[in-house]
Amino acid sequence: MTTDILPSYLDQSDAVRARFERIRQREVILEVRALGKCYRSAQGETEALRGIDFTVRRREFVCVIGPSGCGKSTLIRILAGLDNHTSGEVLLDGKPIKGPGQDRGMVFQGYSLFPWLTVKRNVMFGPEMNGRSKDEAERDALLWLDLVGLEKFADAYPHQLSGGMRQRVAIARALVNQPRILLMDEPFGALDAQTRAKMQSHLIEIWKNIDVTVLFITHDLDEAIYLADRILVLKAHPGEVQEVIEVPVPRPHTLGQFNSPEFRATKARLEALIHPESEGVPEDEQKVHPHLIRLTDVTDNVE
Amino acid sequence: MNTIAKWLASDADPAFRKRTLFGIGSFLLPLLVWSMVSYVPWVWHPKMEITNPGGVDFLQVGMLVDKYMFRDQVADMEKQHLAVPQGTPANPIYLPAPDQVAKALYNGIFNSPKDTDVPSMPASLWHSIQLIFWGFLISSIIGVPLGILSGTYKSFGRLTGPFIEFFRYLPAPAFGALAVAILGIYDGPKIAIIVIGTLFQQVLIIANTTRKLETTLIEAARTLGTRSFKLLTRVVVPGIMPDLYRDQRILLGWAWTYLIVAELIGTSTGITWFITQQARYQHFDNVYAGIITIGILGFGTDLVLAFLGRKLFPWDRTQDRS
Ligand SMILES: Nc1ncnc2c1ncn2[C@@H]1O[C@H](COP(=O)(O)OP(=O)(O)OP(=O)(O)O)[C@@H](O)[C@H]1O
Ligand SMILES: [Mg+2]
Repeated sequence: MTTDILPSYLDQSDAVRARFERIRQREVILEVRALGKCYRSAQGETEALRGIDFTVRRREFVCVIGPSGCGKSTLIRILAGLDNHTSGEVLLDGKPIKGPGQDRGMVFQGYSLFPWLTVKRNVMFGPEMNGRSKDEAERDALLWLDLVGLEKFADAYPHQLSGGMRQRVAIARALVNQPRILLMDEPFGALDAQTRAKMQSHLIEIWKNIDVTVLFITHDLDEAIYLADRILVLKAHPGEVQEVIEVPVPRPHTLGQFNSPEFRATKARLEALIHPESEGVPEDEQKVHPHLIRLTDVTDNVE
Repeated sequence: MNTIAKWLASDADPAFRKRTLFGIGSFLLPLLVWSMVSYVPWVWHPKMEITNPGGVDFLQVGMLVDKYMFRDQVADMEKQHLAVPQGTPANPIYLPAPDQVAKALYNGIFNSPKDTDVPSMPASLWHSIQLIFWGFLISSIIGVPLGILSGTYKSFGRLTGPFIEFFRYLPAPAFGALAVAILGIYDGPKIAIIVIGTLFQQVLIIANTTRKLETTLIEAARTLGTRSFKLLTRVVVPGIMPDLYRDQRILLGWAWTYLIVAELIGTSTGITWFITQQARYQHFDNVYAGIITIGILGFGTDLVLAFLGRKLFPWDRTQDRS
């Protein structure tokens, strides 16, 4: 690889700096203050999150990354209202959140479409639950299916779709409710690299065209840099914010930028934060050295 | 028929062919064993059917005697220089040959006597089917909602669970006398026994099925703005429907088992009464015909239900495997 000196990830070109300046002018959508979460179970207490502070502004794209078990899912589930927090507060448009609501859409990593409903009925589910008439719901659903390019599959069942298509339906299903913020917990984690890249640019297209703010969890550094305006880096045990990085790569992001100096500088910084060389590694991250006995012929070597 | 055409088509799915072949085989094999025992004279046949009593005065034509006794008599007659008895190897009266049972089955269904006051096989069977229907219906009306509620709401499950677990272990037939005392001697107590036998298992099984519903589906529905009761009607119930349907098919099989017990309570009726009555007169071909009819009816119902399941839940691919 090249040995040239990378610029600092903190250096921003004028255009990028101006863009962040504009973002800071926008109103705050989500405000998280001193958020903490303790799980109490038979094995004792686990402090999953401690003192999380951050704000998200309207139409910002924020990614959350961190090592496995650092509380990313816990955080997003609290924001979605699926779990309770034990300290601090979460404000959406200045009001504390209480339970799930249609102002927050969620896309899960796994399979979350209703298998008994067709694609169209899946997307209609939200509007119907929120008291819209069937006709309205259907009209909205078809509009959204068109937007994610699946109008042809309106009458198919989820099991007839590929993994990428299912996640597109899940996105449409969340967005049809017109949420203030879209919460995504490793939505593309189960997809192959190619589908994943397509889904990423597709998501960016959607985000550009509608008034929605995105909070996106991933453990893929490239994905985070490609998608995000800002990246929230968490550390584990307990889950705390390590750094909030403003991505210096100029928008619009393209696949060609993966090799740009800004991109590599940001990635180097993220790697340093997530895989520190010296620090004690948490237990579940430790390298596994299994105690193995030879179970095959001595001469039968694979390497 | 469609299935036959599918079977004959040269491009028939080999998996389908194999399944059909094995399905037929699983019935042909026992039938083959039964036929061997019945028609091959040197396989088993522990008795002799007398065709000519010879000099033995206590033997009569058509009588069944043990082989060793027959041999003793032959030796005895030879010693006395009298005519030896003759006979053919035969099976005991309780093992009729397949053709006799087939004939009994045919006669039982199509030529049953109409003039006697003894209920015919179809009439007995019809009575049994009605008992099953009402028993299973009443059990399901109570059991299915209870099961779904216990599976959905933890506190409800904790409230009902222990008592149902306890009651489940009480054998339904033990309630026979009580049921007769309360509900009289006719169909009431019989239906009650079927209900007692099925209901408690039903609640537990369905509660368990409900608990196994993917939590992500419920959470997804909640983030889409679904609340309390709608969560139950729009997510839980449709979500568990295919598994619930499968549970009901298994439980219906259990209801048949309890039917036999139930029909012996109070005044004996239905197919059980038919079978015990025929056994008393040693019409074992009719007994087998009766038992086989229950089998055909139960298995047939299940096949139809499995087929319906595939039509009802096209989105549930596990239905194809059952
Ligand atoms: N229901 C629970 N009860 C007890 N502890 C829990 C529970 N859920 C999560 N935890 C703990 O909280 C911590 C954070 O879990 P979480 O699932 O939020 O991590 P994550 O960052 O999403 O990990 P991953 O990247 O592997 O998805 C972990 O240490 C986990 O053991
Ligand atoms: Mg997670």
